[in-house]
Amino acid sequence: MNLDKREHMGAVVVELAGEVDLQHSPRLRKALMELMLEHRDVVVDMGGVSYIDSSGIASLVEAYQMARKGGGRFILAAVSQPALRVLQLARLDKVFAIAETVDGAVGA
Amino acid sequence: MSVVDRRFPATPARLTEIRAAVREAAFLLGLPEATAGDVVLAVDEACQNIIRHAYCGECGDIVVQIGRDGPHLVVRLIDFAPPVDVSRIAPRPIEELRPGGLGTHFIREVMDDVSFLTPPDGAGNLLQMTKRIGEP
Repeated sequence: MNLDKREHMGAVVVELAGEVDLQHSPRLRKALMELMLEHRDVVVDMGGVSYIDSSGIASLVEAYQMARKGGGRFILAAVSQPALRVLQLARLDKVFAIAETVDGAVGA
Repeated sequence: MSVVDRRFPATPARLTEIRAAVREAAFLLGLPEATAGDVVLAVDEACQNIIRHAYCGECGDIVVQIGRDGPHLVVRLIDFAPPVDVSRIAPRPIEELRPGGLGTHFIREVMDDVSFLTPPDGAGNLLQMTKRIGEP
């Protein structure tokens, strides 16, 4: 799993790539929790996610709930097909804000 | 016909290897790519359950067997942990928005049949999951 952060038009963009599984999801959770404390709007670019399991999805749900409590926005962008499939299985594709592109997410 | 019969240490670090073995077996048995991805997810989640809830952090192994039985791909996961209380394994209501508990839902959602069978002598649990080959 690769995880990089950058600022883009006032929002923090997390570039998530590779396999997000039980071994790596604790690092994703920690990074997202820290970012949600510091920033109002967080976008996760999921274009490079080749695999995500329930532990990875749980990290995203936690960040989403934190954003809702704090009045911020948590947006998934450019979601890869494997990741979208898992979001659909979890019925979360209609819960999360999902943008086709990072630019679209930031401008939303 | 068994295309995979391997023993793995039950640790998160070995899940990548298990997923690769499942993906290769699914390919050899002719599963469509999307279905193969679903089976990989189900096996991964079932192994996670073994790591977290059967072994509870203790050391142990998982035997992964994958083969074909007529029109079905058959996955058998054997562990050597104490027998689990099957009545306590249930997916949580999917309508509830909370971080955990999705793994069992994924397994039930993507596989055609999931059942605990009598494990072989010396083993703790035997989980069998089947998926029809060729189903979109």
